[in-house]
Amino acid sequence: MTNHWVDIKNANLIVVMGGNAAEAHPVGFRWALEAKTRNKAKILVIDPRFTRTASVADYYAPIRTGTDITFLSGVIRYLLEKGAYNKEYTLAYTNAALLVNPDFAFNDGLFSGYDAEKRKYDKASWSYQLGEDGFAKRDDTLVDPRCVINLLKTHVSRYTPEMVETICGTPKDAFLKVCEYIAETGAHDKTTSFLYALGWTQHSIGSQNIRTMAMIQLLLGNMGMAGGGVNALRGHSNIQGLTDVGLLSQSLPGYLRLPSEKETTLETFLEATTPKALADGQMNYWQNTPKFHVSLMKAFWGDNATAENSWGFDWLPKWDKGYDVLQYFEMMNDGKVNGYFCQGFNPVASFPNKNKVVASLSKLKFLVVMDPLVTDTSTFWKNHGEHNDVDSASIQTEVFRLPTTCFAEEEGAIVNSGRWLQWHWKGADAPGEAVTDVEIVAGIFSKLKALYAKEGGAYPEPIMKLSWAYRDAHDPKAEELAKELNGKALADIPDPKKPGEFLAKKGEQLPGFAALQDDGSTMSACWIFAGSWTQAGNQMGRRDNADPSGLGNTPGWSWAWPANRRILYNRASNKPDGTPWDAKRTLIKWNGEKWAGIDVPDFKADEPPGSKMAPFIMQAEGLGRLFALDKMAEGPFPEHYEPFESPIGTNPLHPKVVHNPAARIFKKDAEQLGSKADFPYAATTYRLTEHFHYWTKNVLLNAIAQPEQFVEIGEGLAKEKGIAHGDMVKVSSKRGYIKARAVVTKRIRTLKVNGQDVHHVGIPIHWGYEGVAKKGFLANTLTPFVGDANTQTPEFKSFLVNIEKA
Amino acid sequence: MQVSRRQFFKLCGGGMAGTTVAALGFTPGVALADTRSYKLLRASETRNTCPYCSVGCGILMYSLGDGAKNAKSEIFHIEGDADHPVNRGALCPKGAGLVDFIHSPNRLKYPEVREAGSNEFKRISWDEAYSRIARHIKADRDANFVQKNADGVTVNRWLTTGFLAASASSNETGWLTQKFVRSLGMLAVDNQARV
Ligand code: SF4
Repeated sequence: MTNHWVDIKNANLIVVMGGNAAEAHPVGFRWALEAKTRNKAKILVIDPRFTRTASVADYYAPIRTGTDITFLSGVIRYLLEKGAYNKEYTLAYTNAALLVNPDFAFNDGLFSGYDAEKRKYDKASWSYQLGEDGFAKRDDTLVDPRCVINLLKTHVSRYTPEMVETICGTPKDAFLKVCEYIAETGAHDKTTSFLYALGWTQHSIGSQNIRTMAMIQLLLGNMGMAGGGVNALRGHSNIQGLTDVGLLSQSLPGYLRLPSEKETTLETFLEATTPKALADGQMNYWQNTPKFHVSLMKAFWGDNATAENSWGFDWLPKWDKGYDVLQYFEMMNDGKVNGYFCQGFNPVASFPNKNKVVASLSKLKFLVVMDPLVTDTSTFWKNHGEHNDVDSASIQTEVFRLPTTCFAEEEGAIVNSGRWLQWHWKGADAPGEAVTDVEIVAGIFSKLKALYAKEGGAYPEPIMKLSWAYRDAHDPKAEELAKELNGKALADIPDPKKPGEFLAKKGEQLPGFAALQDDGSTMSACWIFAGSWTQAGNQMGRRDNADPSGLGNTPGWSWAWPANRRILYNRASNKPDGTPWDAKRTLIKWNGEKWAGIDVPDFKADEPPGSKMAPFIMQAEGLGRLFALDKMAEGPFPEHYEPFESPIGTNPLHPKVVHNPAARIFKKDAEQLGSKADFPYAATTYRLTEHFHYWTKNVLLNAIAQPEQFVEIGEGLAKEKGIAHGDMVKVSSKRGYIKARAVVTKRIRTLKVNGQDVHHVGIPIHWGYEGVAKKGFLANTLTPFVGDANTQTPEFKSFLVNIEKA
Repeated sequence: MQVSRRQFFKLCGGGMAGTTVAALGFTPGVALADTRSYKLLRASETRNTCPYCSVGCGILMYSLGDGAKNAKSEIFHIEGDADHPVNRGALCPKGAGLVDFIHSPNRLKYPEVREAGSNEFKRISWDEAYSRIARHIKADRDANFVQKNADGVTVNRWLTTGFLAASASSNETGWLTQKFVRSLGMLAVDNQARV
């Protein structure tokens, strides 16, 4: 979230799309209801199902799964055509006026630069026209046809209300009603908050779903505003934090990345990762990348990282491509992987095409599972009848199952959706011999290091040189690790503004990331966490809930990254001249010398209003991007592509390019895609309020609350197939089947799409073969092994099934 | 004087028995059931965060056991943290069942191994678990570590073993995991955010 949970109460309009907050994030959703009761806000829900969120909404519009880009592009078209957006904001704070490379084009579903063989784009033309000064050219009169906003107008012109109805199945008048609600918040003193979750991410076009909404928020002038923003409601309690610390194939902490094998030296790597400003007078904050990177290397390797060895550059692995989980299970299935660790992760349940996942794990030499609970993954080798029909004796994988503590038995910080790092404390001892994940990792590492010390082996340097300065090498404490994440001064750090004074003295915890250096005199494992554990102590443990402004900003409660800032881009809550767009929502003000207010300014503190510096300080041109340059895999503007399994089998916009042309799909998985002839129904998976993913099938109270697996279908489909409420049904895809009770409901209606009827089948995910709940089938037996072109997040929300009475 | 249930216990925690507090006139607005209040009075209260979804609701955990060396402390009650700015004491049906998560009959208690081809787990010691896993890692890494790619560029990567990091473990755990996996040269690293 660029904003935070409580801030939702400041919105005038709350659009829930690609999520079902009332059920999946129930307590957070109370702030949407608070907006409704206190702020007279309206709630809109756009979803294939009439969800519990829809039941408290002011307006509900149905939509076919997988067609959100069409709907939202239709909204953009409406806003631009009616002029119902914040024009001043759009001109000053977005790249609307910047001129695009003359070679950039879009024809028949493809952008310029497509290589059909590689299913990839050469993105050279997805760029600005640069002047001689190296800065992007702009035309503030917006007359030049190459202005971003003019290209955008042309791009979205195809998304008429009629086209929206054809593709999405949303009746035209319902779509226009939603447009009217959204357009009202283009006013300076009105904001929309969009709440979304996995209903937007789990598509082959997931990232562009979100981008299309973010573009609407830019046009409405809602970024940086209280009650606005882009608000991802993340699924798990700390996937935000684990992403912040860079636990993704090509990442490092703090949104830095690992060098690729093309970056053969530290210099070429820093050159590639440190952006040059694209406009005059911009902050371009990523220009500090070398400081963040070198400080991270000092956290990795301690005194062993020196200027002479390029801060241990050779000790980092260099990638040739991403090894995301789909790529890796493909390799595993091909027999190219020997070992795998699952730390609090249940891939048999969580990854697509469960039968492929089990077959892949069966080819491993060893699997290590660390978890507080029994997971389906830990017993993948066991025959559970129809639910997991395997032959144990033929599975040669050695499986270690290691018991860990759960939240109640350990301390540390987790990051909620609002980027708050909330420290928690231990309240009980762990059962049996369970220990923390940290102790397990340290235990394995200590043994391994001893083996390398004794026997030598393949390139032991990075193992031997890894900094491990913990009081107990076998059990590093959360406090020690948290202090490393914040970082400390390794030498006295002079204050450049006040000669004779210091930002930090040698050995002190750093006050924030502004103190970081690129000469090895600071260490910090995650620059965006700098400030979380300072000389003043653990800021994440703070529990002052005072809200002096009444806007729900509680700066004394825990600590938010970055710099305890609660609303990102908050400079944009003011006009270029420094006056707020809406005085009731004043977050920061210019006091004649610097910016100050109820939030930490997201701007150069002493940069006066009216200067050239624009508010999106992480961008090289300082502007929000309606045109994404080369940052997306499938194009700088969002375009609708059908799910890889489409119930209409065509793309009404461009029948020759049906699916995302930049999405990766492996050959064997492409062969396992079903067609609408055999699997005519659009399926989507989702969560129930009584359960949490695959954990709570181990929890008695939740198992009692929702004991038995079911699927939801509409009355139309039920009638067609002769299925009655409560019947057992078999739901199958090209990849496998599940059996469950049928819930026949009015909540899912038949949609008219591209001249045909489309029925949806709703599939809650919470059952499996392990747990205290009644055994069930893993829903991911059905789902396709294909992901978003940018993130490789699997397409769990849109695929094809058949359904029949079991 | 209006005293909330939590303030009431704080007052009580100041050394006075509940009845004495009431006698002094600090009676809470809502009467409390005796049995419940006495159990809570002996409890320690610990602040934590719901480990399920990303709302990050604050919780208060009540445990018995005074932290003495050989006494195991155990949680018997969890409720929403009334001071928390987001949940203000509320929990959803997931968070409301957290005690049953902690005490799930499916909690793992001992390190175990399932040998190749076997049909069951057997209990092992931590030392055996660490030793055997370290041996597996070393054998695979030594056999398959790639120091240079086909062009002779130093790449120092190890692709035949991968690591999935958790979705609810702490940042601190995540950082140690990050150090561990990269020092070994692993690239097949992901967390739950991927899916
Ligand atoms: S109590 Fe419910 S809403 Fe709150 S964090 Fe837990 S799962 Fe999320």
